[in-house]
Amino acid sequence: MNLPGLTVHDAARLLRERQISSVELTTAVLERIEQVEPRVKAYVTRTPELALEQARSADGALAKGGELPVLLGIPVALKDVLVTEGVRTTCSSKILENYVPVYDGTAVSRLRGQGAVFVGKTNCDEFAMGSSTENSGFFTTHNPWDLETVPGGSSGGSAAAVAAGECLFALGTDTGGSIRQPASLCGVSGMKPTYGRVSRFGLVAFASSLDQIGPFTKDAEDCAIVLNAIAGHDANDSTSINRAVPDFRQALRDDVKGLRVGIPKEYFSVGIEAGVEQRVRDAVKLLEGLGAAVGECSLPSTDYALDTYYIIAPAEASANLARFDGIRYGLSVQAPDIWSQYNATRDAGFGAEVKRRIILGAYVLSAGYYDAYYLKAQKVRTLIKQEFDSAFERFDVLLAPTSPTVAFKIGEKVNDPLAMYLNDVLTIPVNMAGLPGISIPCGLSNGLPVGLQIIGAAFGEEAILRVAHCYQQHTDFHTARPALG
Amino acid sequence: MALSRLEMDHLALLARIGLSDDEKDRMANQLGDILQHMERLNQLDTEHIPPTAQIIEAANVLRDDEPRPGLTHDQALANAPRAEEPFVRVLPILE
Repeated sequence: MNLPGLTVHDAARLLRERQISSVELTTAVLERIEQVEPRVKAYVTRTPELALEQARSADGALAKGGELPVLLGIPVALKDVLVTEGVRTTCSSKILENYVPVYDGTAVSRLRGQGAVFVGKTNCDEFAMGSSTENSGFFTTHNPWDLETVPGGSSGGSAAAVAAGECLFALGTDTGGSIRQPASLCGVSGMKPTYGRVSRFGLVAFASSLDQIGPFTKDAEDCAIVLNAIAGHDANDSTSINRAVPDFRQALRDDVKGLRVGIPKEYFSVGIEAGVEQRVRDAVKLLEGLGAAVGECSLPSTDYALDTYYIIAPAEASANLARFDGIRYGLSVQAPDIWSQYNATRDAGFGAEVKRRIILGAYVLSAGYYDAYYLKAQKVRTLIKQEFDSAFERFDVLLAPTSPTVAFKIGEKVNDPLAMYLNDVLTIPVNMAGLPGISIPCGLSNGLPVGLQIIGAAFGEEAILRVAHCYQQHTDFHTARPALG
Repeated sequence: MALSRLEMDHLALLARIGLSDDEKDRMANQLGDILQHMERLNQLDTEHIPPTAQIIEAANVLRDDEPRPGLTHDQALANAPRAEEPFVRVLPILE
């Protein structure tokens, strides 16, 4: 049996039936990591000893039986922006290269509470700023489908780890598409929940009004399982919503009859690769054939979301990253006075993209420019949200491509920040409006995965999971795996 | 249009990042391109549109002012580059 290739729901069943043990499953995943990691480079830090200890403890609980959490004994990878007690958390930045947190973030502690097995921390663009992992302070992760191409980003390590069988599922974070875009490029399922659905406590902040934690999995059912585990109010995050959390698995029905599906026409305009558009249109047709009521809609401000995002996110980042001052934690460069110490520490510790965004954020917030840039962007954000609100009066979900292209070559866009930013043009509006979205595989173009993005109304995760699950009952794109040895 | 050296010096000071001259020149050009792209936002009439800072409706979320467990001294100092129990050591900020 190919243990690392199992879905979470299949592994959980086999564990309960005592056909496999968590130690066997974990060992198989650790061996798979040994085998492919030199080529994929998904992990910044691996924790095999911790994993085996957790696996043995899970096997003990499984032997006792009774009511057991679904993620008990299941190997998971965590994006390295999620703080983990006793395990180095770098944000793929030199400024945190040796930072060992003294507490778990809430999502992490909920997985730990279920008895999930932590195999390691995954690579990403530094502080989650990027679309390819090329901005990692350490190394670039390679797409398991074609090692010459990027896995997407910023959560590229988590996406690649799931695609390559280096874990059964992973957590990532999505500020402007950082879960959905790498999921699309690596051919896995990746979900960004509604803003406020999952606590951000213990997520190292990039842009606090946009950041959200979510799962990378092999199918929609696994997304529902992981979301069940991590969603819900947390007193440690005042922006986590105090609202009942449904059992998301109940939403997984093989039925889209009568479901109102909107196609935002702006998401199919210039810049979309022909192969990507074709696969997505095929998916729409398939769902229509299954009884979905498909109609067109318009979100006119889509074209402005990118500019809005690259004002708001850097502005928030410039404030959030002020905490890295070399005083309380992280890199500290010795200097004769405090001001030179700040300058030298932040110069040595941050990479080019992080510096660029902090400076950009400082610019749009500075005296004389605040109204023209930051306030203007906040107003356009209102327009974007209003347009989604009116679309969701007519539709239950919206369908679109996740990324305008399939995975691109490593190095291709690294010297042109603006070209790199354009990768996020179809995912960013969802963050601006705080909505949930999922990317699921819908076929290949030029041999590389294409992602179908399903967008829901606020707290409409059940509708998007239902569409994704139904689609996966009638296709097998989500079961395709890269040939990687 | 590229930002001027004077603007770059000012931004580096605001951000407390000691950028090299080369970095300032490179970034001045890149930021110029990015800011020019953002000019497009002026095509939209937003005069009567209220700003959105965040999308959730909750406001002023408070908790009862009651003591609860937090980090211990040792934990709080565990990652400090220069600590002298029970303090973080810093360079003087006043002459």
